[in-house]
Amino acid sequence: MIPGALREAVARDGEQIVYVPRERLLETMTWLKQTPGQKFDYLVDVTAVEFRDRERPLEVVYFLRSLKRKADLRVKVELNSSEELAVDSVWGLWRGADWLEREVFDMFGITFTGHPDLRRILMWETYAEGNPLRKNFPLRGRFSRAEQVRQALNASPEAHYSMEELSIAEASDDLPEDMRERLKRGERGVIPEPPATP
Amino acid sequence: MKRVGEVKSENFLLAKFENLVDWAVNSSRANSLWPMPFGTACCAIEFMATAASRYDFARFGMERQAFSPRQADVLICAGRLPFKLAPVIRRIYDQMPQPKWVISMGACASTGGIFDNYSMVQGIDTIVPVDVYVPGCPPRPEGLLYGILLLHKKIKGESLFDAVRRREEQPLDDKGLRLAPETIDEISEPFGNSVHQFRSA
Repeated sequence: MIPGALREAVARDGEQIVYVPRERLLETMTWLKQTPGQKFDYLVDVTAVEFRDRERPLEVVYFLRSLKRKADLRVKVELNSSEELAVDSVWGLWRGADWLEREVFDMFGITFTGHPDLRRILMWETYAEGNPLRKNFPLRGRFSRAEQVRQALNASPEAHYSMEELSIAEASDDLPEDMRERLKRGERGVIPEPPATP
Repeated sequence: MKRVGEVKSENFLLAKFENLVDWAVNSSRANSLWPMPFGTACCAIEFMATAASRYDFARFGMERQAFSPRQADVLICAGRLPFKLAPVIRRIYDQMPQPKWVISMGACASTGGIFDNYSMVQGIDTIVPVDVYVPGCPPRPEGLLYGILLLHKKIKGESLFDAVRRREEQPLDDKGLRLAPETIDEISEPFGNSVHQFRSA
């Protein structure tokens, strides 16, 4: 293991959990994926936990699996809620992290630095009430029910989807060149570039 | 059975023109409803059971399910409706030609059910007008069939000549709502067990 990267390792209920400091996350994850004998080639899930106990930091949890070795590992990063909630994105290592990190961003407001397209995924992009799974978020939302209904009814159903999501993937080859180009750019007008892997 | 007219002899029947027209129109409408299924959750499973051979709502004139709102008479919302789907069901409702009816199937569609939280519409009657509420979680197929028969009864009681007995849905108001904000807040209030639930820091 990389010296100093492992803050704490525990085995609980037959699961191995390692705690990694935030600034060493990407380095550790790269090592876990690429080192022979580790080869965690599959990112099962990314999620986060906020505890009822306010002193406890938020945790971002990564579930790793090595398909070859049939081994599991849970990697946790602790974030103090008083500081900025941000960790490095692992999208460069596992493409599957794309939507998983977007969901954590949507529900907890944790920023994944280096994510190519970090925007809400479950709630709509104009959702203004906050991050629903945070403990300071009221169960029924911040707005009145009437306001929630008003905002919902005034939303355009198509606005939930980007152009590329509305297009049919298989028909892409049959489309004219300029339209294909436009769809590839997406609504945000940029083709996402993968971040440089260290 | 509503009394339409009076049989005077074997050869003629005396009836008010309005009653006769209403009887003819409403019977045809009620006995040939084309449902537009809007299934979002487990109620849709019971809906499918109602449509399948064992319960078979084709027996009640719902022979053809219209999976397009433009060829449908009755919208059946089977399942919970999140706020994200609210504009979708409203647009589907708006696309259906008049006359049209709505059945709210199950606890979640009717009241929000157990989902008294930030993401769920507390009763689809805040979005579209509802004619029949079918309670249950989910309702059994018999429940839905009973709701459909109640809708038949309601349709047969409507009148082309009496606006009170057939109220058309108005377009959304300038705020984009179909009910007054106070009304929405009132009917969305927690009730039952959920009055005890206030989860926040």
